[in-house]
Amino acid sequence: MDMPADIVIHWADFFRQHGADLALGLWTTLHICAVAVSAGILLGFMVEILSRNHILRRRILRVYIEIFRGTPLLVQLYLLYFGGPAFGLSLEADTAGTVGLALYAGAYFAEIFRAGFLSIPAGHLEAAHSLGISPLRILWRIELPQMAGLIVPPSVNQIITLMKDSAVLSIITVTEMTKQSTRIMNESFIIVEPLCLLALSYWLLSSLAGWAGRCLEIRLTRHRSLKK
Amino acid sequence: MDAPHLLTSIIHTLPGGLLVTLGISLLSAVAGFVIGLLLCWMRCSPLCAAHAIAGVCISALRGIPILVVLLLLFYLPSAAGLEMPSVLAAVLALALNTGAFQAEILRAGFASIPRGQLEAAYALGLQDLRILRRILLPQVLGLTMPQLVNELIILVKNSSLISVIAVTELLRRSEQLVAVTYRPLEVYTATAILYLAANLFIAWSGNKIHQRLIAGRAG
Repeated sequence: MDMPADIVIHWADFFRQHGADLALGLWTTLHICAVAVSAGILLGFMVEILSRNHILRRRILRVYIEIFRGTPLLVQLYLLYFGGPAFGLSLEADTAGTVGLALYAGAYFAEIFRAGFLSIPAGHLEAAHSLGISPLRILWRIELPQMAGLIVPPSVNQIITLMKDSAVLSIITVTEMTKQSTRIMNESFIIVEPLCLLALSYWLLSSLAGWAGRCLEIRLTRHRSLKK
Repeated sequence: MDAPHLLTSIIHTLPGGLLVTLGISLLSAVAGFVIGLLLCWMRCSPLCAAHAIAGVCISALRGIPILVVLLLLFYLPSAAGLEMPSVLAAVLALALNTGAFQAEILRAGFASIPRGQLEAAYALGLQDLRILRRILLPQVLGLTMPQLVNELIILVKNSSLISVIAVTELLRRSEQLVAVTYRPLEVYTATAILYLAANLFIAWSGNKIHQRLIAGRAG
């Protein structure tokens, strides 16, 4: 087992046997994360839009944010997946996982959007209102472009965190990367290879996402730097 | 099981689990602080190798989910023929994870201390460890207090994952209770309330301490 050729053969064997399962796990992780992150961003944005200029709505939505930020994702998933049937909400593991991750993400993205909206000087809004620009246009042409540079770094951080948190979905039997690896461990008693591969995959994915985020940030804040 | 019975069994089972959760979180936070300090010191050292090693460690620990670190620490030693106690694996995984994040927080804290203070301390002939303990740490702790409290809250939430390797903390006890009572909705709601209460309390006391520190600095 010490010869390099043996190691290559060993890994080739491992991939021949389990490659398809691992690829499916990777695909499920990416797919669920993409759906949950998009839904979470949308949800967080809606929460912030709804709670602006309306004290009662803001209080109610604040409770949502505090609850979902203050409890572990795993407990939320258990409540949704195991507790759901008690009030007639029986979801498949994949659906429960995606919905749970999206609700959890929404609370965090709402906070990011809140900081973004707070960063816009009130004078800009007053000026826009007095020019008779419609609220939707103000949001799209004045607020969002200005806060983009500010909210991208924390959003990218949050996306990376969510991608890592998606490993928790394996506990409610969603067949994503972690679940596939632990299943291989349990079925074939191979431990080292799937675990190390799993850790490497997550590390690679989060490094890639971090790098992409930095590129995006540079692009969005180009106007601030002096050199064009 | 009727409601009063369920409530009494929840009251009998879960608070003990919360104590285990808080104990393990606190232990991991302290161990993580030491790891964070060490990583931070290596990261700032002029030695190229130490700098690079700490960079790779921080990047890996921040990039790998805590659940995977936990599985690695729990199963890899057993593959090598060693028995890993689950509590040790749990504390180690939580401490390593939070350590990497604390290292980054502390680095920002140390960077904000004026260089003149260090030069003055060296000129007065203070030892390195004494400078760290009497000059740097008190200031850095005050500056990074809000982020460190935030880390502790994240740690308490992450500690729910150690139920997977059968450490009987809050969530594990809830699972056991559900297995007996078949009432997941009620039990897990109680669990969520306990986690929420613990985190709100930590946030509240963190705020209090921070305000006192700020007041001390102003006065």
